Amino acid sequence: MTIHEAPAYPMARASGCPFDPPPKLRELQDEAPLVEVQIFGRPAWLVTRYAEQRKLLADPRLSADVTTSGYPSPTGTPPKSDGGVGIGFILMDDPEHARLRRMVTAPFMIKRVEAMRPGVQKIVDGLIDDLLAGPKPVDLMEAFALPVPSLVICQLLGVPYADHDFFQQNSKQLIKMTATQEQRATAHGNLAAYLDNLVGEKLDNPGDDLLSGLTERIKTGELTRQDAAGIGVLLLLAGHETTANMIALGTLALLEHPEQLAVLRETDDPKLVAGAVEELLRYLNITHNGRRRAVLEDIELDGQVLKAGDGVIFPNDIGNRDPEVFPDPDVLDLQRDARRHVAFGFGVHQCLGQPLARMELQVVYSTLYRRIPTLRRAAELDEIPFKHEGAVYGVHSLPVTW
Amino acid sequence: MKIIVDQDRCVASGQCVTAAADVFDQRDEDGIVVLLTDTPPEDLAADVHQAAAVCPALAILVED
Repeated sequence: MTIHEAPAYPMARASGCPFDPPPKLRELQDEAPLVEVQIFGRPAWLVTRYAEQRKLLADPRLSADVTTSGYPSPTGTPPKSDGGVGIGFILMDDPEHARLRRMVTAPFMIKRVEAMRPGVQKIVDGLIDDLLAGPKPVDLMEAFALPVPSLVICQLLGVPYADHDFFQQNSKQLIKMTATQEQRATAHGNLAAYLDNLVGEKLDNPGDDLLSGLTERIKTGELTRQDAAGIGVLLLLAGHETTANMIALGTLALLEHPEQLAVLRETDDPKLVAGAVEELLRYLNITHNGRRRAVLEDIELDGQVLKAGDGVIFPNDIGNRDPEVFPDPDVLDLQRDARRHVAFGFGVHQCLGQPLARMELQVVYSTLYRRIPTLRRAAELDEIPFKHEGAVYGVHSLPVTW
Repeated sequence: MKIIVDQDRCVASGQCVTAAADVFDQRDEDGIVVLLTDTPPEDLAADVHQAAAVCPALAILVED
């Protein structure tokens, strides 16, 4: 690969279009399915189209391990491998990835997640009661979008919700692309120490929660305490930050598309609600920094050769706006069939918590706008701070009133 | 229609159950796919094909 004239990734969104991918990505998608970009001055492949994204993300000749030669790190600095607590199996390859992942898949299976639905509905209803009884305008992110998934994941993992300020702040710092390596390392260290301590407590006094389940694996020697803490960091982080951003950004997108909001407000059909969640996932793509991989052995595709040691980036925001798969891709249409989207990724690393995320979003989207039908923005759109610098996109705050 | 699933490849995303709950289930211990029937009635064909299409691990094979 040559890097001269290759465009730099990531690209900026167009001003005034906070829900759309950067226009440059559309241009590159029109050009070719595989294009060369540069990231921190180093070359990498950008996979622009849906079909090629799925094909390559399912290909075991690509590695998700950040220490593989050529891995296109989103922060430009190679991660420190100090042998300490990691962030779980998300940055590992099979077979170790599969071994660890399978230790925590059971709580996320469909029937277990469905059994949690009444509890989530209760949490959502309680928070809406508080909103309606409290002052307005209010920041929906702080008062609703963050608490819902934080309460749910705390319960599932066995993390005390009272510590939410601590883990929310450190999580935010850890995924802030503009933070220094030291700042991210400190945030990660704080979370790792916190989870390690919790795992230690549960080793002595296990409860009925996911972390306690992991301590059983430590006792049988299947899992180290460090790996257990790493999985805890991953699930706590991924379990609250992503869903919170989908709730707030999704609400803002719906407020900007009142005819679509009306579809949700006026239905009691769970299938329509489920379909609306898929379309919002397709349309919003909060993980807007692309999946990253490194090539382990040469791969030929579409007349190009991805060589061993090349970096590959999969921007799902433009993959999910591929007109070959989703007609009129830039239109938010809650009644389209969007179920094939790659918002949760594709391949063996596809989001572990997706059934839980879907269920939480179904409960939220089918409840919030029905109970507060006059919900509206309490600030101009251009005054709302978007998380352009975050690994997870969304809004820092969303002032609303009714 | 005949369905083959590969439990070794399965990553327990559960999407097949969401697409076709009469055909696919998950093992209690780890959420890995379990086939309830490998020759479902034709009226479930669309759901089964949807399940195969959304499986992130390409662990579902459908022979028409």
